[in-house]
Amino acid sequence: MAIKLPIYMDYHATTPADPRVVEAMIPYFTEHFGNAASRNHPFGWEAEEAVEKARKQVADLIGANAKEIVFTSGATESDNLAIKGVAEMYREKGNHIITAVTEHKAVIDTCKRLEKEGYRVTYLPVQKDGRISLDELKAAISDKTILITIMAANNEIGVLQPIAEIGAIAKEKGILFHTDAVQMVGKVPFNVNDLKVDMASLSAHKIYGPKGVGALYVRRRNPRVLLAPIIDGGGHERGMRSGTLNVTGIVGFGKAAELCRQEMASESERLRKLRDYLNDKLHKNLDEIYVNGSVEHRLPHNLNISFAYVEGESLLMGINDVAVSSGSACTSASLEPSYVLKALGAGDDLAHSSIRFGLGRWTTKEEVDYVADKLTHVVTRLREMSPLYELAKEGVDLSTMQWQTEGH
Amino acid sequence: MAYSSKVIDHYENPRNVGSLPKDDVNVGTGLVGAPECGDVMKLQVKVNPDTGVIDDAKFKTFGCGSAIASSSLATEWLKGKTVDQALAIKNTEIVAELSLPPVKIHCSVLAEDAIKAAIADYKKKQAAANRAEQKQPQPTA
Repeated sequence: MAIKLPIYMDYHATTPADPRVVEAMIPYFTEHFGNAASRNHPFGWEAEEAVEKARKQVADLIGANAKEIVFTSGATESDNLAIKGVAEMYREKGNHIITAVTEHKAVIDTCKRLEKEGYRVTYLPVQKDGRISLDELKAAISDKTILITIMAANNEIGVLQPIAEIGAIAKEKGILFHTDAVQMVGKVPFNVNDLKVDMASLSAHKIYGPKGVGALYVRRRNPRVLLAPIIDGGGHERGMRSGTLNVTGIVGFGKAAELCRQEMASESERLRKLRDYLNDKLHKNLDEIYVNGSVEHRLPHNLNISFAYVEGESLLMGINDVAVSSGSACTSASLEPSYVLKALGAGDDLAHSSIRFGLGRWTTKEEVDYVADKLTHVVTRLREMSPLYELAKEGVDLSTMQWQTEGH
Repeated sequence: MAYSSKVIDHYENPRNVGSLPKDDVNVGTGLVGAPECGDVMKLQVKVNPDTGVIDDAKFKTFGCGSAIASSSLATEWLKGKTVDQALAIKNTEIVAELSLPPVKIHCSVLAEDAIKAAIADYKKKQAAANRAEQKQPQPTA
């Protein structure tokens, strides 16, 4: 089979909408264009009916009740609503929030803003495998703790946090537990009751739905979570999120959730095999490559590898017909390498040498072969021109060398 | 990040990749940058002792495409120049030649540093060699 270039292997960044999703959405742009909040005519009723169907589809994917789904513009908004909403609503109960250093910026930066407003935030470190320590979590809890927010699966290294255990600890202590579940939901089983999650952020475009729509799961019973809204207006979504509903987007989100629920088991198994095949092939072809984060507790479609002695951006340049991403500083505006990889304690040099592979619904074995072969070729070529590889082969310990770093 | 065609050309066909014997008294080696900053350049020059002209230049670089291109270009420019001419190469000339964007200017600075470090190393070795020569007992007439 001929391979179509460029190859997309960056499914953690976003996913293409499934054609079945697009098909479901189309009538809601033109024929059924009503405002779901229009209670007094059929146009509104049709739109509302479509939204409620989607709400059920999304709820079913995570084992929730439809009434517990609040639609938002995306997971960043969901994270903001959960954290700021709890912080404001439970201010009298306490002012302490616990999160982790490897969280998405939507969580970290929201917490940083709250710190400026007088809240106290504990950023738990992660272990070498990318998971938090439950003992450290327990030790961080005080009688002022009102919220624990820990992501379900990391967007860079795909590492799964011990969500069920965290949920149990939170429940025992009577603390609300929010999880950014964007990368996990739709890929592997995620049930809000089994995991004892009180709030969960979801995104449509990570599960083959459209961009610009997401949801926050908000538990209604045992306990009933109350949130102060961050957007004021017409009181949509039980007052938690005002604004006319994005009916087409929500319909697409619902359909995408339904497809994931039906196909998750076979899809994740297929992707796990392909991912393992990619990992094995790269390890067979190249020495000194390291998987970042736990291999065992990991999303089946994620691989994040550091190719020692080769800088990430130059690697991406050599595989410019493959869409992947790198934790190297040079690929971002900040000039800082990935804070997630740094948090694993692997050293900045390995953070600069990393590539994230995200496999997805349309990834083929031919594509994986192409990517593995091309990477092998490019890494070999770049190592031949790497002074670090030369020094290492001469037996020099790079970590003890004196580097001239001033001014850079 | 979009690269200029010259950066892509140097990345795909780097000039003068390799190493010169670093113990040779006529070879100067500069190793600048740091792995944790994402850039390390090794640049070497071989100077003809009779003429003071750089006969050969080699590099190896760990870094982004712009860092590779900057050091590759530097080796091209060094060949045939005298040591003093080499010291006059400015990073801004590298920026202009490769059309480097502002975020990549540090790559050109690193290349200039590498040239200066290589030549400083060459001069240090020459001075040491000269001192060693003077210490040799002079044959009596």
